[in-house]
Amino acid sequence: MSAAPQKAKAGAEKIEVIVSAVVPVNDLVTRFEFRRPDGAPFPPFSAGAHTVVEMKDQGRTRLNPYSLMSDPADPSLYAISVRRDDQGRGGSLFLHRQVKPGDRMTITYPVNLFPVDLRGRKHVFLAGGIGITPFLAMIAQLEKLGARWELHYSVRNAALGSYAGDLTARHPGKVRVYHDDQQQAIPLGDLLDGQPLGTHVYVCGPKGMIDWVHRTATEHGWPKDNVHSEEFLAPQPGTPFEVRLCKSDMTILVGENESLLEAMERCGVDAPFLCRGGACGQCETDVVDHDGSFIHRDHWLEDDQRASGKKIMPCVSRFVGPTLVLDR
Amino acid sequence: MSRVQFPTSIASRPVYGTLAPRPGKAHLMMADAEGAGALLDLASQDAGLMARAHILYIPRATGEAFAAGLRALNPAQLYIGPSFDAALPRLRRVLSDAHMGLQVYLAGTEGLMGRAAAEVAAAGIPYGAVQTEHRGSLARRMQCVHCKGITEDVTTDPFVCSHCGLNLFVRDHYSRRLAAFQGVCIDAEDPGNVPEPVELYK
Repeated sequence: MSAAPQKAKAGAEKIEVIVSAVVPVNDLVTRFEFRRPDGAPFPPFSAGAHTVVEMKDQGRTRLNPYSLMSDPADPSLYAISVRRDDQGRGGSLFLHRQVKPGDRMTITYPVNLFPVDLRGRKHVFLAGGIGITPFLAMIAQLEKLGARWELHYSVRNAALGSYAGDLTARHPGKVRVYHDDQQQAIPLGDLLDGQPLGTHVYVCGPKGMIDWVHRTATEHGWPKDNVHSEEFLAPQPGTPFEVRLCKSDMTILVGENESLLEAMERCGVDAPFLCRGGACGQCETDVVDHDGSFIHRDHWLEDDQRASGKKIMPCVSRFVGPTLVLDR
Repeated sequence: MSRVQFPTSIASRPVYGTLAPRPGKAHLMMADAEGAGALLDLASQDAGLMARAHILYIPRATGEAFAAGLRALNPAQLYIGPSFDAALPRLRRVLSDAHMGLQVYLAGTEGLMGRAAAEVAAAGIPYGAVQTEHRGSLARRMQCVHCKGITEDVTTDPFVCSHCGLNLFVRDHYSRRLAAFQGVCIDAEDPGNVPEPVELYK
């Protein structure tokens, strides 16, 4: 796998937006709707795309990726749904607590790392919790195309099943909701077995669910190319470590609660990124020298690249040891 | 039958592997001539495979040499027929009835594997998920890029198009859709100046 093409300036192009609505969906999830201040249409996007939302939180800039859940055919608005994570790093709490209708914000052009494979004869969506968001856009897109799809949606309980009621009402027979509190589970093996040739399966949810779907599909003889997943990782805190950046000619300290990418940005280094969640490959960075061990957390690098000690994905991965020198 | 080491070539030229058992709900195997040997080797790796296997076999010049061996594998279904075209309606029917979890194994000549792979891809299984193993003849299925006619079992370079009669140079440029290599007129600018044909592909 080679690195994605590098651009002159880090990140996708930006769009200024106004928050047009903040709609509580349930106790944990809130929908944020954006429009452009000049009323101009948004750039078109394909279902499965995400945008990176810039948050100015008390002098600190947070950049979090969220899947676009609005209808791709509607260029007048972008919408995201955000689950409040009380134990998280604070991005979702900022959105829930600070952002009000009328606020101006900056988001990026959409980037799609989880597209619908339109060659598919049929599309089976498997959602876990807030993983429903990209499928809302996919369902809108496929309904317009008249394509075959079905959704299997696992939620903790009925009260926390975001959009479950809307979906089942609008698409009876195509949507099944499974409630954890009633010991209901997606019957994955049975679902995989009956599908016609050319079916694609898409999973978005917790890591355990994604791994379960990939593993089970392989066991049931599904080709890898027919199984799609998306999981944005949030950077995890860790022991602070020092990094030497050769090209920038500086040595920086990555703090406990920031990622290597965020530390570079804080120090004024224009490091490339797109998804900030270990999925897209844009931030892939060459390691010049190291003494210590990597904590690779991305979905991008191959096992042999990790073993080589020559690559790191600064958006989610960390390092433990006295010396790390990067070609940045 | 000895295995052929294909020289490295352009990206469009297909490459083949070695058949290996994979987990699956059903197993579709298609082979011609010496390709049966690859199926026999495959069966020897997993005794349970044949209980859910459907074999389509075209003996071609090998006649009865492999038929008894394939019967002895006791596959769930075995078809032995005279040509790929004779087997095609059966292949399409099997694919139209199949579900996800079907594993596809192709073995034998490039012409057979290419045509079968195109049918399988049209049915919705990506190329990358189809296993192939080359055995036997290196003869190529060629498309004349000028008249679009297909000439089967080309063994020399250059060769004469069986449809329009042009002298064609055998390229490694391959079409998955047509399951054919491309043949390009070798004497267009100097008609009649044709190199002596060399037997490259037995």
